[in-house]
Amino acid sequence: MTDAPMVLAERVSKNFGTNKVLRGISLEVDPGEVLCIVGPSGSGKSTFLRCINHLERVDGGRLSVDGQLVGYRQKGDKLYELKLKEAAFQRQEIGMVFQRFNLFPHLTAVENIILAPMRVKGLSKAKATERAKELLERVGLGDKGDAYPAHLSGGQQQRVAIARALAMDPKLMLFDEPTSALDPELVGEVLDVMKELAKSGMTMIVVTHEMGFAREVADTLVFMDEGVVVEAGPPRQILSDPQHDRTKAFLSKVL
Amino acid sequence: MSEPESDRMIEAEPGGNRESGRKPRAGRGRDADDAPPEAIVAIPLRHPWRNVVAVLLVLGLAVFVLDAAQRSDYGWSDVGKYIFDRRISQAAWVTLWLTIYAMIGAIVIGLLLAIMRLSPNPVLKSIAWLYIWIFRGTPVYVQLVFWGIVSLIYPVFTLGIPFMEPWVTIPNEVFTNLFITAVIGLALNEAAYMSEIVRAGLLSVDEGQEEASTALAMSWGQTMRYVVVPQAMKIIIPPTGNEVISMLKTTSLVAAIPLSIDLYGVSRGISAVTFTPVPLLIVASLWYLLFTSVLMVGQHFIEKRFSRGTGRLKAGKEPVTPGPAPTAVPGTPAPPLGTDFGGKG
Repeated sequence: MTDAPMVLAERVSKNFGTNKVLRGISLEVDPGEVLCIVGPSGSGKSTFLRCINHLERVDGGRLSVDGQLVGYRQKGDKLYELKLKEAAFQRQEIGMVFQRFNLFPHLTAVENIILAPMRVKGLSKAKATERAKELLERVGLGDKGDAYPAHLSGGQQQRVAIARALAMDPKLMLFDEPTSALDPELVGEVLDVMKELAKSGMTMIVVTHEMGFAREVADTLVFMDEGVVVEAGPPRQILSDPQHDRTKAFLSKVL
Repeated sequence: MSEPESDRMIEAEPGGNRESGRKPRAGRGRDADDAPPEAIVAIPLRHPWRNVVAVLLVLGLAVFVLDAAQRSDYGWSDVGKYIFDRRISQAAWVTLWLTIYAMIGAIVIGLLLAIMRLSPNPVLKSIAWLYIWIFRGTPVYVQLVFWGIVSLIYPVFTLGIPFMEPWVTIPNEVFTNLFITAVIGLALNEAAYMSEIVRAGLLSVDEGQEEASTALAMSWGQTMRYVVVPQAMKIIIPPTGNEVISMLKTTSLVAAIPLSIDLYGVSRGISAVTFTPVPLLIVASLWYLLFTSVLMVGQHFIEKRFSRGTGRLKAGKEPVTPGPAPTAVPGTPAPPLGTDFGGKG
């Protein structure tokens, strides 16, 4: 691998109607890097994350993952929107974990994990199941394979969701406030799984309110507000010595 | 979390026999079951009027039954004679198949219409809307009469350029077959209702489900098939069961086509000869009741099948012990705090 960035955003913008949610986000995430995005609600953090795997369409700027433009194809100097199938193909390499877990409630933990590998990658059921069990073991839920999501705690559900995303062997993992919907005592178990994942060298972008996690795990901390990156840098530096007034104001409220 | 627990406390007998498998919960001073409160001894509220009304109703019913039993117009002996009549049971069979074919057609077309209405394509959307507007807005009886005379309006099907000599001409054998006409007429009408049921079901599935499925690189079709539709079924099945039962009864309207080989048609045909309309109406009703009763039982089991993964665990289904410590990774803490969720039962 070269040192080409895993994610490269150049002045990415996104509007919902007249509402400018992203107003020129530029940042780089290197392979193996963990980037944490913090910021007040409504600052566009989640939208930016959803742009990266093309759940939302980028309106302006350039966004590419592993050298490939997200959602578009360039031919000459013209951009063409990707077909749904092509967009789906791009997403194979990007795993996503949601705030509300979004496990499939009609499927057991193992069935949740094997669904996409079987249907998208064409893995056999036996192979996919074997891999699913490994992943469940890895997130500490080796004995919960047959449980339905409704019978798991929030923390367990989120860990299954992480295993489900990992089952597609992504190069990049996106976490959209993965612990925000959890009871406080369940946050730790999810963060621990994420820490282990970071240590294993996974490239991760994490939208979070967990400053402790950001300080400990992130290589880069980005503070976003009103659709722009206000400040970015090593987490210790930003958390202890924020340069910008808006960052200071935000940190004084959450720390 | 605390809900099943409080249930249990109410059920617990005054003697306070604790469930053996239950352990005191962390963070609580003492187990609430240790000192059960004294059971309340009170005189239950009386409901004298209930009894009065019940007696009156039972008396009224008894009078009606006794009277009906000896009224000759009911022709009870004829009811007994015709209930297992070959013609009647064959007609019941026809009614059953009319219902099945019409419902299959209605579900397929309804699903199509529902997807069209939810699609981003404005043309498909409007067509589906128009269809539903017409077929839901006119009486099924009128529609059936119309389908009955379609073969007169279109005696042949032709393929070709309008106003030129057609390339292919086929006689209209679809709408001259009255059974097929009946199935089509019933299905087209029912499809409008089914599409609304299916649409409600599809809309009931949380958006996050589609999103998660999309993020896993599944196509729209796969998302629908493996994620959305199975969950929508839970919402779709109960009203569909009602529609099947309703369809079974609506088949009696095929007389409008006119198709007369169904249960009601044949009963009427027999009574027109024997001049005993009432016993044959009773015979037909008993058959309809038999079918609807069977359908209700079937519906119950199908509903159960599609509610997998919801609802609470049955007691004792899951081990009570807290889950073993995650064997995973260095740095993972001892047993995660959340694992005792599994120990509800």
